[in-house]
Amino acid sequence: MTVQELPGATAYPAWKLRTDPAPLLPDPEPYRVLGTDAADAIGQELLLRLYDGLVHGRRFNVQATALTKQGRLAVYPSSTGQEACEVAAALVLEDRDWLFPSYRDTLAAVARGLDPVEALTLLRGDWHTGYDPREHRIAPLSTPLATQLPHAVGLAHAARLAGDDVVALAMVGDGGTSEGDFHEALNFAAVWQAPVVFLVQNNGFAISVPLAKQTAAPSLAHKAVGYGMPGRLVDGNDAAAMHEVLSDAVRRARTGGGPTLVEAVTYRMDAHTNADDATRYRADAEVEAWRAHDPIRLVERHLTGRGLLDEGRTEAAREAAETMAADLRERMNADPLLDPMDLFTQVYASPTPQLREESEQLRAELEAEDGR
Amino acid sequence: MTTVAVKPATMAQALQRAMRDAMAADPTVHVMGEDVGTLGGVFRVTDGLAEEFGEDRCTDTPLAEAGILGAAVGMAMYGLRPVVEMQFDAFAYPAFEQLVSHVSRMRNRTRGALPMPIVVRVPYGGGIGGVEHHSDSSEAYYMATPGLHVVTPSTVADAYGLLRAAIASDDPVVFLEPKRLYWSKAEWSPDAPAAVEPIGRAVVRRRGTSATLLTYGPSVSVCLEAAEAAREEGWDLEVVDLRSLVPFDDETVCASVRRTGRAVVVHESAGFGGPGGEIAARVTERCFHHLEAPVLRVAGFDIPYPPPMLERHHLPGVDRVLDAVARLQWEATS
Ligand SMILES: Cc1ncc(C[n+]2csc(CCOP(=O)(O)OP(=O)(O)O)c2C)c(N)n1
Repeated sequence: MTVQELPGATAYPAWKLRTDPAPLLPDPEPYRVLGTDAADAIGQELLLRLYDGLVHGRRFNVQATALTKQGRLAVYPSSTGQEACEVAAALVLEDRDWLFPSYRDTLAAVARGLDPVEALTLLRGDWHTGYDPREHRIAPLSTPLATQLPHAVGLAHAARLAGDDVVALAMVGDGGTSEGDFHEALNFAAVWQAPVVFLVQNNGFAISVPLAKQTAAPSLAHKAVGYGMPGRLVDGNDAAAMHEVLSDAVRRARTGGGPTLVEAVTYRMDAHTNADDATRYRADAEVEAWRAHDPIRLVERHLTGRGLLDEGRTEAAREAAETMAADLRERMNADPLLDPMDLFTQVYASPTPQLREESEQLRAELEAEDGR
Repeated sequence: MTTVAVKPATMAQALQRAMRDAMAADPTVHVMGEDVGTLGGVFRVTDGLAEEFGEDRCTDTPLAEAGILGAAVGMAMYGLRPVVEMQFDAFAYPAFEQLVSHVSRMRNRTRGALPMPIVVRVPYGGGIGGVEHHSDSSEAYYMATPGLHVVTPSTVADAYGLLRAAIASDDPVVFLEPKRLYWSKAEWSPDAPAAVEPIGRAVVRRRGTSATLLTYGPSVSVCLEAAEAAREEGWDLEVVDLRSLVPFDDETVCASVRRTGRAVVVHESAGFGGPGGEIAARVTERCFHHLEAPVLRVAGFDIPYPPPMLERHHLPGVDRVLDAVARLQWEATS
């Protein structure tokens, strides 16, 4: 690449390109492994782990959606169809790493080992975060879009300053990439060379708004070059490809290579949430076309074709998922025990005089209720 | 007895010293913001910190307020104590979402697992001839957000003591720096910092018997001046410096108002929906039987902060305070 010389350009190096953009650019086609020769290089054990994770994840999504119909969950944003992204995001992280999920990424938290009931507490409505984020190294599921991304950058930056080789992986939707926080987080991460992986799940829609109305960029992965970090475009339904691309990005971050922006091209099979009517903005034919590219089917086809998946193996995965679902159903059917006095305990390190007064008021109300 | 040279120091110097001492005492304290490093901040409040502690501890960030505060959230999650500088009051607004949606409620939503020991330093208020967006008083927005502490010093000693307390706090503190007091001087020595009241306590700056002026930050000196002038009219005014808007010191405030029976709240920010309304309501609720007159408010007009050549008409000055005091001779029949 040649840059036209400007007068004084040598005295003002800011006028020169600072990095070669070519290596940062994503390939124009989403990276795929399953169904290509590259698949043969993937270890059987990893593929079976991914397969188990996908089956488990799908069952979790179906069960959680069912719980909304029974009134046990206030709302559930399903990740059906996106399980390969969710599961791969969880599997590529070490224990010491941090996951920064959005509100749709309950499954990633569960795949990381979080108790499903704790992961669903926010959506059930008994508390905002049902788990100790520090214990699991999973930030609270973030509802305001893209706001968790700068948190991931700050945490990764702090870890690096401490000399810890910790990586933060932050998840966001295609709609979320339009938010200012997305821009600020990517810019900070690149300037600070923070060990962060940004995973965009481009599932086609932000509620009803299609990607074309969200951005005019060639791809979301292409945005990376503007920040000076590599962008990777990957088939988000291909669990093996997701695992490989995210692993590469995590390794790069861990070894001081800085942040990566990964765009996973996937599709949201369910509506935005159980409360949404997707027929208003998309045709059934489109959904059907994506069914042929289902993440579970892609792995299954590969494993079966190579004789690595027999009936016993599929049955075992199915049974494990059923056990999880039955357990989840049962535990979610019990009413959570809530103490209203908890409202005041963690607003400040110690309650202000104002909060002490208000908590006394509530205590009196509760006692009056009890006495009734 | 130790003898320490007590020299005139400015509020900016006391604030800088507070950060320096906190950074020296605690390696988890990090200062960050726009121009805080090499330049030492546009008001020089962070002067010398990058030199002394390195750029990792006093960091020039990209120009992005949401990014700065958002990154501070992640840093706090990893055990650091970020002290964030917002360059001017009106430029803190892009960080509002992080402040309201995350900083203020992270402790609560995680049941205490993720406290947010973040200090957000905001130079605020007018009176320095700043152009548009350089003179806002935004304290009402911060006060209306549960989970935040909101404090503001009015003296050099308090600037040091309150900022040390804010940095040591395990809760997020919005630290409002009255920018027109940055160059105010007082006899003060960093080696023998005066003991100051902790966050949450108001201080009676002047004893009086006939009415209480409830004020804070840049308006404290206005009120003290007004109190001196009022002596001629036969008024002996008490001046209470609130220092901490959240938590609010009902005790000191009410003790004063019960003593004097009359109160005026004085601040620069707009009156409608402003801090004065909250304060007047609290005082009325708690001291109604002691009040000889309604609690009055002297505030900035309900307008966007005016251009510098007109700001003197907007800012509550001594005369406007005295007018309010005169109106305290209120009779039920009037
Ligand atoms: C800051 C903000 N604005 C608006 C919303 C309301 N909202 C919730 S989800 C959503 C669409 C998000 O789309 P996308 O980022 O593509 O994620 P997806 O739901 O497809 O996973 C909107 C607008 C929000 N949560 N946060």
